[in-house]
Amino acid sequence: MITFIIKGLIRDHHRSLFPIIMVTIGVFITVFFQAFMGGFLTDMIDSTARFSSGHVKIMSRAYAENSDQVPNDLALTGVNELMTKLKQEYPDMTWVKRIQFGGLLDIPDENGETRSQATVAGLGVDLLSPGSTEIKTMNIAKSVKSGRMPQSPCEVLVSNDMAQRLGINLGESATLISSSMYGSLAISNFTVVGTIHFGIEMMDRGAMIVDVADIQQVLNMENAAGEILGYLPDGVYNDEKSQMIANKFNQKYADSVDEFAPVMGTLKEISNLSDYLDLANNMAATIAFIFVIIMSIVLWNAGLLGGLRRYGEVGVRLAIGEHKRHIYLSLIYESICIGLVGTVIGTALGLTAGYFMQKYGLDFSSTMKNINMMIPLVFKAKITPVTFYIGFFPGLLSTTLGTALAGIGIYKRQTASLFKELET
Amino acid sequence: MKNGQLITIKELVKDYPVGKGYFRALEDINLTIGEGEFAGLVGPSGSGKTTLLNIVGSLDVPTKGEVNVLGQSIGSLNARQSANLRNHSLGFIFQTYNLLPVYNVFENVELPLLLLKMEKDKRRELVDQALEWVGLQDKRKSRPAQLSGGECQRVSIARAMVKSPKIVLADEPTANLDAKNSHNILQTMEKLNQELKTTFIFATHDDKVIQYLHRKISLDDGRVVNDEQIIKE
Ligand SMILES: Nc1ncnc2c1ncn2[C@@H]1O[C@H](COP(=O)(O)OP(=O)(O)O)[C@@H](O)[C@H]1O
Ligand SMILES: [Mg+2]
Repeated sequence: MITFIIKGLIRDHHRSLFPIIMVTIGVFITVFFQAFMGGFLTDMIDSTARFSSGHVKIMSRAYAENSDQVPNDLALTGVNELMTKLKQEYPDMTWVKRIQFGGLLDIPDENGETRSQATVAGLGVDLLSPGSTEIKTMNIAKSVKSGRMPQSPCEVLVSNDMAQRLGINLGESATLISSSMYGSLAISNFTVVGTIHFGIEMMDRGAMIVDVADIQQVLNMENAAGEILGYLPDGVYNDEKSQMIANKFNQKYADSVDEFAPVMGTLKEISNLSDYLDLANNMAATIAFIFVIIMSIVLWNAGLLGGLRRYGEVGVRLAIGEHKRHIYLSLIYESICIGLVGTVIGTALGLTAGYFMQKYGLDFSSTMKNINMMIPLVFKAKITPVTFYIGFFPGLLSTTLGTALAGIGIYKRQTASLFKELET
Repeated sequence: MKNGQLITIKELVKDYPVGKGYFRALEDINLTIGEGEFAGLVGPSGSGKTTLLNIVGSLDVPTKGEVNVLGQSIGSLNARQSANLRNHSLGFIFQTYNLLPVYNVFENVELPLLLLKMEKDKRRELVDQALEWVGLQDKRKSRPAQLSGGECQRVSIARAMVKSPKIVLADEPTANLDAKNSHNILQTMEKLNQELKTTFIFATHDDKVIQYLHRKISLDDGRVVNDEQIIKE
């Protein structure tokens, strides 16, 4: 009977082609969307880890509570000793200190008068010590748009946008006006040796990249830092591992009442990404669900039309003595075949599109202003095992559901009028 | 099934609901039809021929009275049981052939055997035999659209006959055929009736059919008005 059904499907294009195309489209969109979301999230987690939270991050309790204000007066102290201990305890992990700071950047003219001025969001990272991992982690060297990397103290990079806005020329001096760890005014001169563009809106808006040792000096933060970031050995965020490390670390300070005691958090805890992760997963599921419904309705109607076209066929089969249930099931089998073919084609197309998007990405930089997250501006897809099977849900469910609904008519069919119906 | 009677009809009444009331399509029908008969329900349009054939074919149920086909009481069968009766023991031939367009001749004839879950080799054997009966061995791969009306009706005879049913019911089988084809298929059915002892029951008002009948049951206004055996020399 299966061969009988498949023969019918292959020969009758009206029966197979339209539904297959429908399923293919729906499955394609679902599969591609899943890969797209996967890539988007992976990139988002990755850049969050690189630029902002590490896989784990240590702050002082007080700093952590107000971390959105970047309160350097609450920064961690005894950082060198702490980092030495961390490196002993977790030799495979990478530990780095960073200082975020805010301030005013003042560009003087030849007379020392202000030529232009802007607020900056500065980041102190280890640029100069030999063997620093930060240049690689934040992809700084490759993000330099013009000029060169800082090579000696007091050389800085500023974001390309800001350099253009303020009319800063390479080699010019810029004055940072900020407040020190103890609340006093801190003024210091730097030489702008390069401009930088990360491709991440939040970093590119008004960034200034300074060597961490420089900024420690400027802000009176000797042996202090706002944050210590830790990266897992393979560079990929693992929530379980990070959570374990953080728990173990925090246990040591559990009894302390010091508000400056260090506290470690994971990327997921710090960045609120967990909400987005859940949201994104729900979105993929929602999209798949919506397609199940839309396609079911379309295929149901297609099934109704097909049912009309095949009214005679069903009638003859009933008259010959085929059970209603059997006819109904054979239509379901048909729809499973159609669903399978459509799903396989749609998944193949979705994977292909996903693959290209994984390889080349899609540039959204112009549409992404004013976003306060570590959203990458080039969207890349990511193909995961889920990408291979997610399409089967809308593909098979919608065809079977659509046919199941359309096929109910078979049960309503009265055999009593068959002779009459079959005579016209 | 006493005395070789395949079909026994007693005091059959069939009412169709019409509006608030009903329309009486058959009234007080009493008939017995035996094995190997070549009988026809004859009468003008609207006389109840199709209605009676429907009930005998277990496609519809009596309003009153008793219709017994092959030992089964039509009124008391559920959908499954009546489908089984049709599948195993009854063959149908329609005015408009009703072949499945996407399947070829062989596959159309094979369908009832698929439903009987028969082995492939057995199916092939029976389909070949049925195609031989109707003289269409060389058209086995053709699709219905490539056949003439007469050929289509012969395929539908093969489809009805392939499982060697006890009874074949044919409603106006010649209505869409020209004279030559009508005679052709009637001769085929007459031959099968004689060789296989299959009972044929026609519903018809076509004189060409009537002249082949061995028994003519005349209906008018839902009643049997005449029932005569026709002795052939
Ligand atoms: N489903 C139905 N509902 C109401 N009346 C019907 C129905 N089927 C048939 N009839 C009526 O019953 C009578 C007999 O119909 P039918 O058996 O089809 O006649 P025939 O086949 O002899 O032409 C006709 O008057 C017809 O209009
Ligand atoms: Mg009729």
